[in-house]
Amino acid sequence: MTMKWEKTPLKSDMARAQGLGSAKSGTEHWMMQRITAVSNAVLMIWAIFSLVGLIGQGVDYQTFTLWLAKPLNAILMVLFIVSTFTHACLGAQVITEDYVHNEGFKTLKLVAQKLFFIGLGFACVFSILKIAL
Amino acid sequence: MTQKSNTPKKRERPLSPHLQIYAPQMTWVPSIMHRIAGGALAIGTLMIAWMLIAAAYGPEQFECFMDFATHPVGLLMLFGWSVALFYHMFNGIRHLFWDMGYLFKLQNAKRAGLVVFAATALATLLLWLPLI
Repeated sequence: MTMKWEKTPLKSDMARAQGLGSAKSGTEHWMMQRITAVSNAVLMIWAIFSLVGLIGQGVDYQTFTLWLAKPLNAILMVLFIVSTFTHACLGAQVITEDYVHNEGFKTLKLVAQKLFFIGLGFACVFSILKIAL
Repeated sequence: MTQKSNTPKKRERPLSPHLQIYAPQMTWVPSIMHRIAGGALAIGTLMIAWMLIAAAYGPEQFECFMDFATHPVGLLMLFGWSVALFYHMFNGIRHLFWDMGYLFKLQNAKRAGLVVFAATALATLLLWLPLI
């Protein structure tokens, strides 16, 4: 990959640095990945034992929606969705940045997957609220 | 007329050896497995979304989801999802220890890797045994 500053070797250091993005949010991605990792670990244990238990017993519509409509379950499920989708979105971003080297396709893929997780996450939260409220 | 490029011409440098020549080790194997499991879980969010959205639509749509989920293929996917999840969770905790500055001694890093595999097996058993 040719960096922007490589094409213009006569520019000053300041000119080379400009346009490459602010350094002020450098740790935000990393830190958010860790924070959601911790919340995931707690919420996931609840979610996987509940969901595998329900599905394993062949739960019907009535039982499932009544279970999800209980405030505690609805609250935990919304938190679970927000936490895991945020974590998955950040993780998928890193994987794409590491393995896709075509700049155009990389940008397109990054935007597409970000919209995918936001859209799907929003649909999940809406569905939970519709059942619970 | 040829345009002169400012960028110095790249010389052919030797590449690092390809992945398949390395012996499997307790350092890099769990690491790449962590990524693969994470990627699988990210795609698995589609199943969660299907379950919730189907339940929001109504009994018919939810039955359709349950028909798939309780089919042997669906159950296998659910089982794989749980294994990937437990693995990613326990190895993620191993990563958090590294972030805090622990387990960097090679021997400890390897031991922690073994603990992750053992914990994954144990948690998977604990989850599925009551259902059999």
